[in-house]
Amino acid sequence: MTAATRRRRWVRVPVLVALVALTVVFVYPLVWLLSASLKPRAEIFDNRLIPRHPTFENYLTVWESAPLGLWLGNTLVVTALAATTVTVSSALVAWGFAHYRFRGRGPLFGLVLATMMLPGAVTLIPTYLIWHQLGFVGTNVPLWAQNLFASAFYVFLLRQFFLSLPREPFEAARLDGASEWKLFWLVAVPLCRPALVLTFLFEAQASWTDLMRPLVYLQDTATFTVPRGLKAVIDQFGPGGESQWEVVVTASVITTVPMILLFFAGQRYFVQGIATTGSKG
Amino acid sequence: MGREAVTVARPSARARRERNAGLAFISPWIFGFLVFTAWPIIYSAYLSLTDYDVLTDPSFVGLENYERMVQDPQVSLALWNTLQYTLLQVPLYVLVALALALLLHQAGRASGFFRTAFFVPKMTPPVAVGVLLLLLFNGEYGLVNEALGALGIDGPSWTTDPDWIKPGLALVSLWSVGAAVVILLAALQDVPVELYDAARVDGAGWWRRTRTVTLPMISGALFFVTVVNTIAAFQMFTEAYSAYFGAGNSTYANDAALFYVIYLFREGFAELHMGYASALAWLLFVVIMLVTAVQLLVSRRLVYYEGEQR
Repeated sequence: MTAATRRRRWVRVPVLVALVALTVVFVYPLVWLLSASLKPRAEIFDNRLIPRHPTFENYLTVWESAPLGLWLGNTLVVTALAATTVTVSSALVAWGFAHYRFRGRGPLFGLVLATMMLPGAVTLIPTYLIWHQLGFVGTNVPLWAQNLFASAFYVFLLRQFFLSLPREPFEAARLDGASEWKLFWLVAVPLCRPALVLTFLFEAQASWTDLMRPLVYLQDTATFTVPRGLKAVIDQFGPGGESQWEVVVTASVITTVPMILLFFAGQRYFVQGIATTGSKG
Repeated sequence: MGREAVTVARPSARARRERNAGLAFISPWIFGFLVFTAWPIIYSAYLSLTDYDVLTDPSFVGLENYERMVQDPQVSLALWNTLQYTLLQVPLYVLVALALALLLHQAGRASGFFRTAFFVPKMTPPVAVGVLLLLLFNGEYGLVNEALGALGIDGPSWTTDPDWIKPGLALVSLWSVGAAVVILLAALQDVPVELYDAARVDGAGWWRRTRTVTLPMISGALFFVTVVNTIAAFQMFTEAYSAYFGAGNSTYANDAALFYVIYLFREGFAELHMGYASALAWLLFVVIMLVTAVQLLVSRRLVYYEGEQR
């Protein structure tokens, strides 16, 4: 037994060396990007970790040449609306599927699962036409309003959590005359807070990083989200444009940093949550 | 008699109340499903039979869009590009995810730290990943080729040579492999230790234990990762679009990066060929459904599910 454990410890050394090397590979591009944003234009491609002539000038240039503050604000609004609405609506729907028995529940939930497999490209054009008819193209409404009606993936995720709750407290509260709404809001929701935080964080990331929908729905520069704005910056300053890479690099950093912060704020939830999605698949 | 009627009526009244409450809770989804899923699917089937530019009413043209699709060289190019990319990216992605998960599983208590390190890049917005692709994989000055050069390898022009555009995109997609690693690692941690002990007693080495115990036990998670990633690969858009397309961006080898959804997007929203783009969307829908169905059939033979656990 001791020989076996000792042997296993020896096996662990090359494993750890490999993992450290891989960590460098995974984290380095982010560090490279940050470092490049602090270099003058001529040194961007020198691939040095520490800038030879560190400068914040790129940040000033970017701030002057693109309305980044406005874009950040726009994205924050869209992200907050998207994440809040989807969390509330998906929790309601998931609770309906998890707690109540009614005819047709099974097939309806099957339909929820089926919509998860539906490629987004299929509904892209008709959905655009719906928002066009309603006169919302050019506003941020199409970027979040669908979230009012729950999202299949989160319904699935939250239902798993609601199913794990014992039924007795609910029956007891019902006998005390609590309404169904109160059971949901005052009992089920507080018990599933981690799952709700997870939903919020997942959607915040999805919404913040989305490019396709802002490309389709936003035309005026003043309404852009940061990823859409970054795409405009690439077009203007990137390979086909003025080749001012320092502007593109710095705008990329500004687009990415909020997501890194979000990750570290909710690290536990991200990793745990993703682990659960796989095991239920 | 009266009493009997009450006891019979009671459960049905309760059942009705339960049904009403249940339907009330799921009503947002029902509405959303009808308006944003069912209707779009039906409507896009109709649109695919029309000529429609948003400004004037759709005019019915029968199967013309589908006939045009068969002859459109851009469609076959986009389909071929997408297929090549998927065939390259999915196996690579799943294998790397599996290798990293196996490695992490060996790391013991330190695995939490490394898991985080592998996951962080996943947070990067895909547009920024497109930027990193252009910079790090730059043929002349890029970090990747500099690293390859240090190993004595003369790296290719990843971002301009049409033959290397798809491998470059596939490699950069590995950077966000973290989520898949986390899923596979969770599956690995669920494998009962007794199975390994039994295999070890039988004299099975690391490779045989992996092949006969680990892989069958995590085949469900592997299948999940494969299917989800295949569907995503078929819909490749953002990284390729932000790196190789857009206003004034014509200096690059666009043709090799013309993926199906990019073509669909341009037909629909740049050319305003909404009818044609709807037909394109339907073809993609059918292709993805067929591929998923084949994967499901194959998985029946290969995937092991523990009991009837749900």
